[in-house]
Amino acid sequence: MAEQHLPERQSPLEPDYHPGSHGNFEHGVDVILSETRPGSILQLAAWPGEESRLIEIIRKVTGLALPDGAGGGVSSGGSAAFGFAPGKFTVLDEAEGLAQAFADAMTPAIGTLTDLSHGRTTIRIAGPKAEWVMAKFFAIDFALPAFPLGAGRSTNHHDIFAQIQRTGADQFDIYVFRSFARSFWKALCYASEEVGYEVQ
Amino acid sequence: MLITCPYCGPRDVIEFTYQGDGNRERPQPASQNLDAWNAYVYDRLNPAGDHNEIWQHSGGCRAHLRVVRNTITHEILSTEFARGGHKSTDSRAEGRS
Ligand SMILES: [Zn+2]
Repeated sequence: MAEQHLPERQSPLEPDYHPGSHGNFEHGVDVILSETRPGSILQLAAWPGEESRLIEIIRKVTGLALPDGAGGGVSSGGSAAFGFAPGKFTVLDEAEGLAQAFADAMTPAIGTLTDLSHGRTTIRIAGPKAEWVMAKFFAIDFALPAFPLGAGRSTNHHDIFAQIQRTGADQFDIYVFRSFARSFWKALCYASEEVGYEVQ
Repeated sequence: MLITCPYCGPRDVIEFTYQGDGNRERPQPASQNLDAWNAYVYDRLNPAGDHNEIWQHSGGCRAHLRVVRNTITHEILSTEFARGGHKSTDSRAEGRS
């Protein structure tokens, strides 16, 4: 397939991506920042009334069973999916080529498929102070009962639109536009200085 | 000011964009009725109290919403999807919409 001929993807964070411990880490590192670099990031949108058919297609293609309800999601191994708007879902996989896997099942009668693999950057924040740092950025409730495991949220930080999925009790994956990713990353590093952070 | 999006739950007003008076009724595009077009473009109730409005959750799920807001207190009395036939799917919105 065409993927084999694609050049290796470069990270937009690279000039400001410095592995190691930073900030106030003398008493320990309280958050770990990393770029997860999934091979495929897709946006799937169902026409009104076709939502359940789309959820079934996602299950068939990826094996991920999306829970009912707004912002419901699931994260498992190298793949994840979550709702980010009515009838709309972000689906990703660590491997490239997920768009091809959906191409046959995703007929025009059900909805649309947009391949954002090169358009988004995924930043992971993990650790005991992850909720604390996130709460400085986004005006939403990050407590586990309000933002359950696997769930997704659409929000923004100073007009940088962000999708957030909780992929662990103290871990979040943040999807930002690739062109804004470095600026967001620098702000996230700065916000993590007070708790001590490690870039992996 | 918080607006409870039927999809996303309660969010700060900064995430929303005001899309105008929700009482307007747009004439058919081919309509020659000048009174109807005049009313659509210019006539506003401008109430001191509850007001029907259209908002977009532009900094979130991007859904268009039908909102009732009190213009004196800024209290949000109800929110629902502007697109008909869509029920709230978020338990956080229950009791508010
Ligand atoms: Zn919303």
